[in-house]
Amino acid sequence: MRSFSTTRIWDLEEYADNPALLDENGDSVTYRELKELSDSAAEAVGERCLVFSLCKNAIGSVVGYVGFINNGVVPALLSAHLDDDLLRNLLKVYSPSYIWLPEEQAEKYKDFSVTFRSCGYVLLKTGYEKKYPLHSDLALLLTTSGSTGSPKFVRQTYGNIKANTESIIQYLKLDRSERPITTLPMNYTYGLSIINTHLAVGAELLLTDKTLMQKEFWSFLKEEKATSFGGVPYTYEMLDKLRFWRMDLPYLGTMTQAGGKLTPELHEKFAKFAEDTGKKFIVMYGQCEATARMGYLPPEYAVEKKGSMGIVIPGGKFSLVDVDGNEITEPDITGELVYEGANVTPGYAECGDDLAKGDERNGRLVTGDMARFDKDGFFYIVGRKKRFLKIYGSRVNLDEIDRLIKTEFNIEAASAGVDDHMYIFVTDQKNAEPVRDFVIGKTKLNPVAFKVVVIDEIPKNDSGKTLYKELTKYYDN
Amino acid sequence: MSNLEKYDQIFTETFEIGKADLEGLKYQGIPAWDSVGHMTLIASLENAFDIMFDTMDVIDFSSYEKGKEILSKGEYGVDFNA
Repeated sequence: MRSFSTTRIWDLEEYADNPALLDENGDSVTYRELKELSDSAAEAVGERCLVFSLCKNAIGSVVGYVGFINNGVVPALLSAHLDDDLLRNLLKVYSPSYIWLPEEQAEKYKDFSVTFRSCGYVLLKTGYEKKYPLHSDLALLLTTSGSTGSPKFVRQTYGNIKANTESIIQYLKLDRSERPITTLPMNYTYGLSIINTHLAVGAELLLTDKTLMQKEFWSFLKEEKATSFGGVPYTYEMLDKLRFWRMDLPYLGTMTQAGGKLTPELHEKFAKFAEDTGKKFIVMYGQCEATARMGYLPPEYAVEKKGSMGIVIPGGKFSLVDVDGNEITEPDITGELVYEGANVTPGYAECGDDLAKGDERNGRLVTGDMARFDKDGFFYIVGRKKRFLKIYGSRVNLDEIDRLIKTEFNIEAASAGVDDHMYIFVTDQKNAEPVRDFVIGKTKLNPVAFKVVVIDEIPKNDSGKTLYKELTKYYDN
Repeated sequence: MSNLEKYDQIFTETFEIGKADLEGLKYQGIPAWDSVGHMTLIASLENAFDIMFDTMDVIDFSSYEKGKEILSKGEYGVDFNA
């Protein structure tokens, strides 16, 4: 097996006796144990190869991930709740050598044999003969949205993870005294970055799959004195609804926010709450294509610069380009945001052969986000170039939705909307319910986010392109 | 409409399920009753019964039956026999 002793992301031995992981059942693992357990999991794999890792916020899930990354095994992180058909399709496309998954799910894959067990997880050997070559820099595969079943992965390298981890630790000033509690899935780039960074400083991760809407989550947070959590815009809407302001949480020092733009009202509300209670509220900006983070708003500017995603992270560079590709140097002019840095991932994989691909971006990511900066150099995201929505933090590609509807129903339909609210336009009432059910089933997102509107015809220009702008008049409010 | 009918209707409409599915229904027991669905449910109940849930009750509302028990408490005073 390949050793990465010089480029290891985590030096687990340095923090040997520190607690590393604690779950809601009270099970815990020190850094020394994490090293032993994770190395054993990688040892059981025994070679550099592709492993599908079905993630939960649980000890077994983290143990596998850490062992694979630290020993040159390449995991593709997927949700443990991923639809069976989608998983079978991904297995066919990528032909991984192993699957690392929760014990209780192993029986669904009787055709594969269990070769190793640890911490509630099992390793299944697929026995696939086909093995796609892996590029030597490739560390990890993550999905961008994952929900609509497209087999597209973001390829991340060891260098990407290391660079972004170091930068985040620096600007968030993380140290071993931190005790972050999980609020986001581990297979989601933002949730993963919290795990990556805290294990690198010797902190203790509080692992739970319970949600903010459950008593058990709050008991765990309070009893174990969690010091931080992260959230997507919807998380903060839930906290607002829960009248988070009235909770007494003296140990909670930091709240971070990413995964989409918070409304300026909520941004201000949380920034002021943090200021009044001596906490830090840190808005951040990123994409899976840049490993995780690209920008952050230093907490001391949280109130003054509400609505801004801040400045570039240490080691990175932002620029704005206009439609002709020229750099914008004046404030308050909108252009497409470009990021440069060592955390820019090399590219995508859409099939097994792509796993051998090298760097296609050369450290420069054209984000697809439209932005401007103010006279003090703080950046504001004002829109998107590409047609996608973020629904509860998940990216949903609208063109892909349109395509899926067309394939399934052979009708004219158009999807549009704003974050957390998708509108699907159809021209025949009888299609309204079936199309909505279909999209809900495909995205696996809560039905509350989807509305069907029946209109006479889908507005199009002379060349047949859908005029999505004309559909905005049907949105609520 | 009785309070029970109102309560049931909010469940069936929020989660797009039938009345027969209500008994024994638990948080995360169906895909629609996740944290997003929970927030929608709470907002609809607050509207319909003109009440404001205490935070502890929002996170304690773990099943169809538990919700009835919470709403029947003194501070909300919803009478399910009326």
